[in-house]
Amino acid sequence: MQRSFVARNPSVLIFLACLGLFVLGVTVLSEAVGNGFLSTSFVKTLGKTLCLALIAVAMDLVWGYTGILSLGHFAFFGLGGYMIGMWLMYERTRDIVATSLAEAPIPATVTEIQEAIATQIFGVVGSNEFPLVWSFADSLVIQLILVVAVPGLLALVFGWLAFRARVTGVYLSILTQAMTLALALYLFQNDSGLRGNNGLSGLQNLPGLDDVPQALVSLWFFWASAAALGLGYLLAAWVVSGKFGSVIRGIRDNEARVRFLGYQVEVYKLVIFAGTAMISGIAGALYYPQAGIINPAEIAPIASIYLAVWVAIGGRGRLYGAVIGAIFVTLFSSLFTGGQVPDVNLGFYTVKWVDWWLIVLGLSFVLVTLYAPKGIGGLFDLIAHRTHPDRHGAPLGPDMGALQEKEAQE
Amino acid sequence: MTILKTALCTTTALAAMATAAIAEDCPIKVGVLHSLSGTMAISETTLKDTMLMLIEQQNEKGGVLGCDLEAVVVDPASDWPLFAEKARELLTVHDVDVIFGNWTSVSRKSVLPVIEELDGLLFYPVQYEGEESSKNVFYTGAAPNQQAIPATDYFLEELGVEKFALLGTDYVYPRTTNNILESYLKSKGVSANDIFVNYTPFGHSDWSKIVADVVALAADGKKVGVISTINGDANIGFYKELAAAGISADDIPVVAFSVGEEELSGLDTSNLVGHLAAWNYFQSADTEANAEWVAAWKARMGAERVTNDPMEAHYIGFNMWVNAAEAAGTTDVDAVRSAMYGQEFPNLTGGTAVMLPNHHLAKPVLIGEILDDGQFDIISETDVVPGDAWTDFLPESAVLVSDWKDLGCGMYNTETETCVQTKSNY
Amino acid sequence: MKLLLLLGLCVLAQVNIAWADDVLIQPVLQEQRETIVKSSRKTIGPAIDAVVASKAPAAQDVLQAWVTKDMWYRKDDGLFFRAEKVDSKTYRLIDFDTGADMGTADKSDIKQIKPNSGVRAMISTALVRFQLTDPDPTRRMEALIAIERAPEASLLAPLRLSIEGEIDPDIAARKARIERLLTIAYDADTPTRVAAIEDMAGDLGVDVRATLNPLLVTDLAAFPGAIPEGVNVRAELKPGDDVLSIADAYALLVDGDLAPPRVSGADIRNALAANIVDGKVGGISVHTLSDEFQRARAYVALSEAGLVPPLVTASDVEASLADYRFAEVYQVDDPAVTTAAQDALTKIELKVGVNQAIDLGLDALSLASIYFLAAIGLAITFGVMGVINMAHGEFIMMGAYTGYVVQQFIPDHTISILVALPLAFTVTFGAGVLMERLVIRWLYNRPLETLLATFGISIALQQLAKNIFGTQARPLTSPGWLDGALVLNDVVSISYIRIAIFVLALLFLGLFLFIMRRTRLGLETRTVTQNRAMAASMGINPDRVNMLTFGLGSGIAGVAGVAIGLFAKVTSELGSDYIVQSFMTVVVGGVGNIWGTLAGAAMIGGLQKGIEWMNPSNTLAAQTYMIVFIIIFIQFRPRGIIALKGRAAGD
Repeated sequence: MQRSFVARNPSVLIFLACLGLFVLGVTVLSEAVGNGFLSTSFVKTLGKTLCLALIAVAMDLVWGYTGILSLGHFAFFGLGGYMIGMWLMYERTRDIVATSLAEAPIPATVTEIQEAIATQIFGVVGSNEFPLVWSFADSLVIQLILVVAVPGLLALVFGWLAFRARVTGVYLSILTQAMTLALALYLFQNDSGLRGNNGLSGLQNLPGLDDVPQALVSLWFFWASAAALGLGYLLAAWVVSGKFGSVIRGIRDNEARVRFLGYQVEVYKLVIFAGTAMISGIAGALYYPQAGIINPAEIAPIASIYLAVWVAIGGRGRLYGAVIGAIFVTLFSSLFTGGQVPDVNLGFYTVKWVDWWLIVLGLSFVLVTLYAPKGIGGLFDLIAHRTHPDRHGAPLGPDMGALQEKEAQE
Repeated sequence: MTILKTALCTTTALAAMATAAIAEDCPIKVGVLHSLSGTMAISETTLKDTMLMLIEQQNEKGGVLGCDLEAVVVDPASDWPLFAEKARELLTVHDVDVIFGNWTSVSRKSVLPVIEELDGLLFYPVQYEGEESSKNVFYTGAAPNQQAIPATDYFLEELGVEKFALLGTDYVYPRTTNNILESYLKSKGVSANDIFVNYTPFGHSDWSKIVADVVALAADGKKVGVISTINGDANIGFYKELAAAGISADDIPVVAFSVGEEELSGLDTSNLVGHLAAWNYFQSADTEANAEWVAAWKARMGAERVTNDPMEAHYIGFNMWVNAAEAAGTTDVDAVRSAMYGQEFPNLTGGTAVMLPNHHLAKPVLIGEILDDGQFDIISETDVVPGDAWTDFLPESAVLVSDWKDLGCGMYNTETETCVQTKSNY
Repeated sequence: MKLLLLLGLCVLAQVNIAWADDVLIQPVLQEQRETIVKSSRKTIGPAIDAVVASKAPAAQDVLQAWVTKDMWYRKDDGLFFRAEKVDSKTYRLIDFDTGADMGTADKSDIKQIKPNSGVRAMISTALVRFQLTDPDPTRRMEALIAIERAPEASLLAPLRLSIEGEIDPDIAARKARIERLLTIAYDADTPTRVAAIEDMAGDLGVDVRATLNPLLVTDLAAFPGAIPEGVNVRAELKPGDDVLSIADAYALLVDGDLAPPRVSGADIRNALAANIVDGKVGGISVHTLSDEFQRARAYVALSEAGLVPPLVTASDVEASLADYRFAEVYQVDDPAVTTAAQDALTKIELKVGVNQAIDLGLDALSLASIYFLAAIGLAITFGVMGVINMAHGEFIMMGAYTGYVVQQFIPDHTISILVALPLAFTVTFGAGVLMERLVIRWLYNRPLETLLATFGISIALQQLAKNIFGTQARPLTSPGWLDGALVLNDVVSISYIRIAIFVLALLFLGLFLFIMRRTRLGLETRTVTQNRAMAASMGINPDRVNMLTFGLGSGIAGVAGVAIGLFAKVTSELGSDYIVQSFMTVVVGGVGNIWGTLAGAAMIGGLQKGIEWMNPSNTLAAQTYMIVFIIIFIQFRPRGIIALKGRAAGD
């Protein structure tokens, strides 16, 4: 099975090889173990980009393969970040508090330590008690389980409600967007117990590892992100190559037909929706310790729309397309916001990229959707000399979200 | 495959660009970490322009330590994690000697671990909620006791307010400030029933119900005053609703901590005359230095532009840093920090600001009434108030002091006489 | 306060005595110079009193100039003058006593006295006696406002005296009302007060409640044994019930030194820390003290040794409380007054409750009309045509900025708004048509991709607005006749601008219905939407129809932008604040039906206000739960409140 899987999907091997080479290259050039050509901040950027590539793969599964344009996957990403962030914050603070209380004449009681930690964490938002959601914050294992469990469960409940009611197409997109908005607004409240607008910060400092330089920590996370991306990619490729993959593509192209063939469409959609939510949670849990802070603004609806855009630019319906799209757009954003691209002097007007790059980005979405619906990934077809029969597209199904006939090449 | 390789090459090329800048002794690099896009750009671009103007002026005077200053401007795009990333980039890639930046508290919290890890130096110019002290940050904006407490005193003593509505945007600065104020008011004998608290989201625009609630507070015959920590754009809708409801400043005065000349330029103030704001600086301050400063700013940015308090904070912070660097003979962070303590520099509003060992300034507090041209009429000026990192009005922080000069600790517990932590809490 | 009261009475006695003509005010002012210049509410009292007591003819003039910030003093000799502005640098000085023109002075040589609002209130109160019988009705009105702001017992008598001679009926009515209120608050005679209270019962004014409520203020008191006679008790309380917790009751005893204070955990720890002897406290070794139980044992050992105060246990607390009776006691001793006030207030509160509900309803209606206005353009482009236009919010923003730009050229606000409305429509109509031609028409059967492309346009437009107009919010000022609010009573009021928005929303609803049902364009639009191919074969040009319809939807968004800009703010992010809500409005209401959009807006507005009412201190929570409710609602009615039936519903 495995042999035939790889044989049928040579792109998987190529992708993994490229990823491996990339990791090796970055390691050799890093500050921590290599010649220091790449700065730590750049390694962090690369590591974060890999996490974004992972959630883009998840998004491609949901949208490119199953046809559900979810505008809510960043909510799952953020939740994963929050879950790991709680442990990181709790442990780091506990270390500080324990050291400080150890100097007191009377040894502290358990409740006193708890109170001191709570004051330290929630003091900035005017509280000194642990909310209920922090019940398991002291256990790494439980929080790690929650990293996948919480996004998975939310996706399961939300998906079950929505798919059962047969909400589809743009309605589903708007509904997922509403879900993200509601979650972001909820987390913005101080009463939600996750420090409101401030979010969880200082996540780059791993508890107990104060002596390890950030250069090394960033490399660890880079490796972990790369490994997660590799595994995620493999899993996604395996899922879409089998019978399951055929069914979800069928759902994408014509949900009603698949249903009439006797498949439980809702179950398939639910599995994909919840599964990708868990992958997103993992990606988030790896991303935020590298970013250093998570707060509700990360979950705002616009982030999820960007996610869809990455996949569209990279080329949906092919996994490597999603990865390329995510890497391409985030690195370009980072480049332009860094102010490292020289201004263009047009004589009558100087184009400052800080002011103009968003416009360029916005217009490029338009151009890609209009003229290159296959995205950057479509370029590979040119190389591989894969052409498609020139059939003029009628929608494959009556559903509004269905692909054009000519786009459904797999 | 080839494409992938090209992509790889591009990536490495990008990396190469990122690390190409190599540290040199001259020019001295000054990092400017203010959002130029996104929601906070509205406030922060002004500060970026202020920094560029200050650096230009300094270079005309001959720079610092015989070197020209060079501004390194980055755009963290109102994205809090990006602040940390850009701060790291400034310190490691561009090797800046000092950073001026940040506006929101959350962006500061995001940057703190990075600056402390890499031992950078940050000047933070905005009024903030206190309850924090970092070895690597100088807070040139007001601490709560330099803005909120004097304004509340003014309400209690000068206006005779007995009932308080604390309205704020839902984020950490209003939350903490209101906490401190609640506890302060209670210590002044105001009962909990006479304190109404409300939080609204950023950019809130539907204020009619909240304004009606505030009016209804007057029903028990006590004089009502509003203390507003409403941030940014939301103020416009709030003041418009206030004006529409015909609430005169003599009936229900409003004192705001986040509304300055810049925010008022977005609305017609003729119906708001008499409402108040508390700051350490107003453009209308009648001194020669201020006249010069305002003129220079208008000449650079256009006649309709106004100056505000965080700009003055940068003005003082930057000049203190220049003097400290000259005094230390180097831009080395530790040397400059030691030279900062006790630095004095004239305020634009008259008098002298002094840098304290807790990294805050000692400055007078001004209270201004809004005029119909969008400016403030300064009606009260306190004596010099030393900034306090840990408020005296919350039980947990009343026992804490910050003294980096003698105690070498920003969170020193005076009760147990121990240093709780040398890093800041973020 | 008492002093002030006495002084007030003195003045009252002299109020009708002719003023001595020869007394000059300047020396009095000079005597009080320091306090006047310091201008603090806490210290200004004697200065104001001195001016009033001087009986100088210019006293009123001084107070009047003082309160309007027209009083200045010359820096070199310290003399006070009234100053009139000649130009930005020079002022004309006028002597108070003689009214003579003292020539002009440079601004830098004189200094303005800036009384703060607290001081101004005190001056206004002092002015009341002069103003109550002033021939100028505005002055008399000022006096009444001053009394309302700072009611005082001493003002009751002069007010009563002045009622008789009052000719202006409005002022007379107001005087009578204030007299009633002052009577309630300050009259010494119980029957008079009770009568006044009964007169005002059922009045909705905030001032009435503000007068009655202070009469009903209670203190919590603990009495050993029975409650003595003559105490005006509101209710007796039992510790442990809803009103009075056991901890509060005990704290009351502790405050009155009637019981020993409880020992807190921190106290125990500090006491233990202070009594460490050879690594042991009270015979228990220190390292075991991380346990609450051990700590308690050690503390008890210490207290038995007499080193620390004894622990107060729960049973001690109970025993102490059992010895006392607790009651809420009125601060006003007279039961007749408190009973009458309580009755009157109960009546008022009921009315207030009803009116508050009406006010809330108006707020909800207003919010709904704003959402409706923001969403109505979308009801056309999304509801009728099925195009997901994420740049809809940016069209709203464009409209608002158009309004701002027009105001830069036409300073008259009324005309500028009248110009801005059609111009905003034209601009966004053009933008909409352009977008339809260039982008959307290629994507008609790929709605999800329209979403992405228009999102791209949205972020580009937003950034473009930032580049052009800067990041600062821009002022868009409503014309003067839209200032203020329609006040039905002190509880129910709604600002005119909101009424205008409501009317505008109704107008657009009518316009929409008219276009869709009565015009050829509407007919063609519905045809094209239902079956494009069939419509084309009937001789309708679907491209043209789509273009015009999309333009219409965008144009309406532009007009909505002007309205929204008037009531909130004009920034580049204006549109993104409304986009998600707008889509939800359309989806919740039911796509393709304008009444559905209306119902959706009403539901969202009503829900939001309803939740806000339940939790007034957290507006953010209201928004969160509103959205959660909508998500759940859509699960059960996926096609919205008003679902299309049959073939028109599509699939």
